Amino acid sequence: MPHSEEEHLTGQQAGRITYTLESSLDSVNKVEQTAEQLAKKAGVDEDEIFRISMAVREAAVNAVLHGNSYDPDKRITASFENTGSALVIKITDQGRGLDPATLPDPLAPENLLRGSGRGIFLIRSFMDEVHFRQLHPGTELTLIKHLGTAQTGS
Amino acid sequence: MSIKLTARQVDGVTILDLSGRITLGEGSVQLRDAVRDLLSKGQKYILLNLGDVNYIDSSGIGELVSAYTTVRNQGGELKLLNLTKKVHDLLQITKLYTVFDVKDDEASAIASYSRA
Repeated sequence: MPHSEEEHLTGQQAGRITYTLESSLDSVNKVEQTAEQLAKKAGVDEDEIFRISMAVREAAVNAVLHGNSYDPDKRITASFENTGSALVIKITDQGRGLDPATLPDPLAPENLLRGSGRGIFLIRSFMDEVHFRQLHPGTELTLIKHLGTAQTGS
Repeated sequence: MSIKLTARQVDGVTILDLSGRITLGEGSVQLRDAVRDLLSKGQKYILLNLGDVNYIDSSGIGELVSAYTTVRNQGGELKLLNLTKKVHDLLQITKLYTVFDVKDDEASAIASYSRA
């Protein structure tokens, strides 16, 4: 076993919490639950909590499955921040990198019956901003949900 | 993090009552295995009752699509019953709502199968 730790809280500064996690479904579930708590704490409504936590789950699935391919030697990081005006979630992997321009459109008729390929589409549908950054190696996804003026966070 | 699955027979249609989360990993695999199992027994008229499925991710959506095409390719029919609002909305935005035959009443769903 090259690594014994299951998870590691790698940073907590200025309201930003960062976890480094192994490439597993347990990590996906933990990231999803943390996003759900962040959204709840920010006071967004139930539907938005669902959308945010699902988008973040999909990003974590991408990192674990498509990025790191469940490689036990590779880690994902997940960071969560409520800036007061937005929720900012960043997920990184150590995989080969992802070029979003090459992803097939899951709504195209010829792709509609495919058994996969809807993750990034759902993330984009549910968040206000989605940014990709190449890390060489790996990919960083930044997911942003703007908070309304009435929602100033906690 | 998995689903509960119960199968029952009504007028030549197998109803799979599902509850829980259909997500990457166990939930998706359970659904896939259940559909394969039914097809191997010649039960190809399948109604998935999703009334107690409160969460489904992209992997679960993919599994529903795969189940649909697998059953269709074997000359059967797979329909969906009792979608929760969340699952309904997800099928809408992924444009799959019109692909699936979605029912909200069990009796009329049963009656709608062609059963050659």
